Amino acid sequence: MMRFLLLFSRQGKLRLQKWFTPMAEREKKKIIRDMTSAVLARQPRSCNFLHWKDLKIIYKRYASLYFCLAIEDQENELLALEVIHRYVELLDKYFGNVCELDIIFNFEKAYFILDEFLMGGEIQETSKQIVNRCIESSDMLQETMEEYMSKPAF
Amino acid sequence: MPAPIRLRELIRTIRTARTQAEEREMIQKECAAIRSSFREEDNTYRCRNVAKLLYMHMLGYPAHFGQLECLKLIASQKFTDKRIGYLGAMLLLDERQDVHLLMTNCIKNDLNHSTQYVQGLALCTLGCMGSSEMCRDLAGEVEKLLKTSNSYLRKKAALCAVHVIRKVPELMEMFLPATKNLLSEKNHGVLHTSVVLLTEMCERSPDMLAHFRKLVPQLVRILKNLIMSGYSPEHDVSGISDPFLQVRILRLLRILGRSDDDSSEAMNDILAQVATNTETSKNVGNAILYETVLTIMDIKSESGLRVLAINILGRFLLNNDKNIRYVALTSLLKTVQTDHNAVQRHRSTIVDCLKDLDVSIKRRAMELSFALVNGNNIRGMMKELLYFLDSCDPEFKADCASGVFLAAEKYAPSKRWHIDTIMRVLTTAGSYVRDDSVPNLIQLITNSVEMHAYTVQRLYKALLDDISQQPLVQVASWCIGEYGDLLVSGQCEEEEPIQDEVLDVLEGLLVSNLSTPVTRGYSLTAIMKLSTRFTSVNRIKKVVSIYGSTSLILYCCNDPISSWISFNFHLTECPLSVCQTFQLQLLSPSSNVVPALNQGTVTQVIRVLNPQKQQLRMRIKLTYTLKGSPVQDLAEVNNFPPQSWQ
Repeated sequence: MMRFLLLFSRQGKLRLQKWFTPMAEREKKKIIRDMTSAVLARQPRSCNFLHWKDLKIIYKRYASLYFCLAIEDQENELLALEVIHRYVELLDKYFGNVCELDIIFNFEKAYFILDEFLMGGEIQETSKQIVNRCIESSDMLQETMEEYMSKPAF
Repeated sequence: MPAPIRLRELIRTIRTARTQAEEREMIQKECAAIRSSFREEDNTYRCRNVAKLLYMHMLGYPAHFGQLECLKLIASQKFTDKRIGYLGAMLLLDERQDVHLLMTNCIKNDLNHSTQYVQGLALCTLGCMGSSEMCRDLAGEVEKLLKTSNSYLRKKAALCAVHVIRKVPELMEMFLPATKNLLSEKNHGVLHTSVVLLTEMCERSPDMLAHFRKLVPQLVRILKNLIMSGYSPEHDVSGISDPFLQVRILRLLRILGRSDDDSSEAMNDILAQVATNTETSKNVGNAILYETVLTIMDIKSESGLRVLAINILGRFLLNNDKNIRYVALTSLLKTVQTDHNAVQRHRSTIVDCLKDLDVSIKRRAMELSFALVNGNNIRGMMKELLYFLDSCDPEFKADCASGVFLAAEKYAPSKRWHIDTIMRVLTTAGSYVRDDSVPNLIQLITNSVEMHAYTVQRLYKALLDDISQQPLVQVASWCIGEYGDLLVSGQCEEEEPIQDEVLDVLEGLLVSNLSTPVTRGYSLTAIMKLSTRFTSVNRIKKVVSIYGSTSLILYCCNDPISSWISFNFHLTECPLSVCQTFQLQLLSPSSNVVPALNQGTVTQVIRVLNPQKQQLRMRIKLTYTLKGSPVQDLAEVNNFPPQSWQ
């Protein structure tokens, strides 16, 4: 299974954290610190994998955001790269040319999308269209659309 | 009271803060406002406030006072509230807080809600963070939903069941009936999560594993359809149909075929088909190939298939993509024991990876190279590995040096080659060699009797060039102390040094800033030993007395072959000396003169600290002159009572 997914900027600012196993707040903070320093220290043309404790860490940079996914030892690293890529595609479809600011200002939506794609550390839905349709339908149920959909000028 | 500030307005405001202090002030102000809003039990804006709290939580600020509010949101009828409430629960609550149990009833209600998206929220939350108690209470509801015809709910229920089983393995049985028709689903989401559920059950229970073996033909069919089917826009990734599902099926096949001949045979063809037909130009195809290789290597596959798998890995090694080279090396490392000959065929490619720029790849290549060393290729491999040792980053040197020593010990074609190899390591990476290598090397040298002269000469020469690498200096000092007579006697190939030159070098080590206390101990001991091999005894006595009378730590080597303690009556009380396993303290002898004609004795107390309870042995060497002629007497004490050291 996947253990956690972190999104952070090149300055190490956290933009999203999804934990698939229970962990104390203190421990989460330490892991975030360890991950950001380990990933940001990587040479530009290194491979996208590193080892941390008994986990494999798969990371990839998309524009100004680092996606950092921790998987257990028996999981497939190359497929994990595809998982990250799929999530980016889903965000891109939803926000239209997604950028870091979209994730910052609409973090709750990023979570909603993630929760339709992954669950309990496993992939829940392999079809892009179905995930998008579910999110759109859920959005339609929102009672306060104006607040939810508002996009302040940056 | 004015309406609380909107979420995205708050985000924008906080981002204008120019310092950490300014941000903290804004956060504190907003938290205070949120707290009073909570106290007023404001239903309208609870959702907005919790959302803001979640944002501040992500920035690293405490948000625990919002936990109960999340529960209130979950209990609300509004979808907006539930959405944020469940998100908040997943972010702020976990099974450590008692308050999480209050969610159980809400989740139960929502699992039976009329709107599937509400049911989905409940399933998701339960499947992500449900505690064992919650899982026990709600497993029945999950099992019900696993049998529904609604594929949206069914796929979520399957993963929720996985979570329940992980938390409460005893509940696995109750999900068995619902698994009956899972694989007949057409919906990929349900198929995928079903395969995950089946995998979980098979991994946890040998009975389940035996029970589900009958699914192998069905799984093979599904996989075949995925490969052979035409373009499916819904699941296509770079020309491959649902790679996520393919990989999951391959993994389940691996578990089912693992110790079973029949199952392995039933999947043989499809594995060969995937291995040969999968498009390799993009990462996604290679991900499937990688999983296929892992499956082939783990089940009872026929040898042709295994060779196919290893050749795929060999091709991976030549791929431009670093990630693929990396997984190839990792996989080869796993199979090198079981399929040694097949991996050997790719040895030269693997050795080339030592020159890769990527640190992770270099490390894997190094580990794999050592695993491939054998009696036939030792000379060639060692050349490459020593070259690697010369040029690699410091982080590799210690491991590489250890690896070289181990390989040399196992496969050295000759003693001279062995000594030369050790010399090469000590001179090029001498400071990175591990501490325990020094006594091991000393042991090795001792055992190579015919090489003593050659070894001491080479080590002496190395010392002349460089005294900064401590392990080298220590081994060299020890050798000179032990075989110094061979060094100066002309038994070496080159021009021999004279005794004073050798003592100069050893004394130089004593005074050098580069020498550690342990090294100084080695060199002082060597000098002392040379008092029996060299004739410049006076010079030696002088050196020893200088260093004996200061607070320099005296090192007594406890090597059982050649350890001895010099009863040099010019030594004054020595401070505690430090050895690897013993600590010795030599107190002043009771007298400087042994009375003649057995009229008395001289006693010297030696305190021994022996924390590792090593056997005590003592060798005594007495040198004296009798009627002008030097006499040497050796005695050994091997019968210390066991109580003294056990």
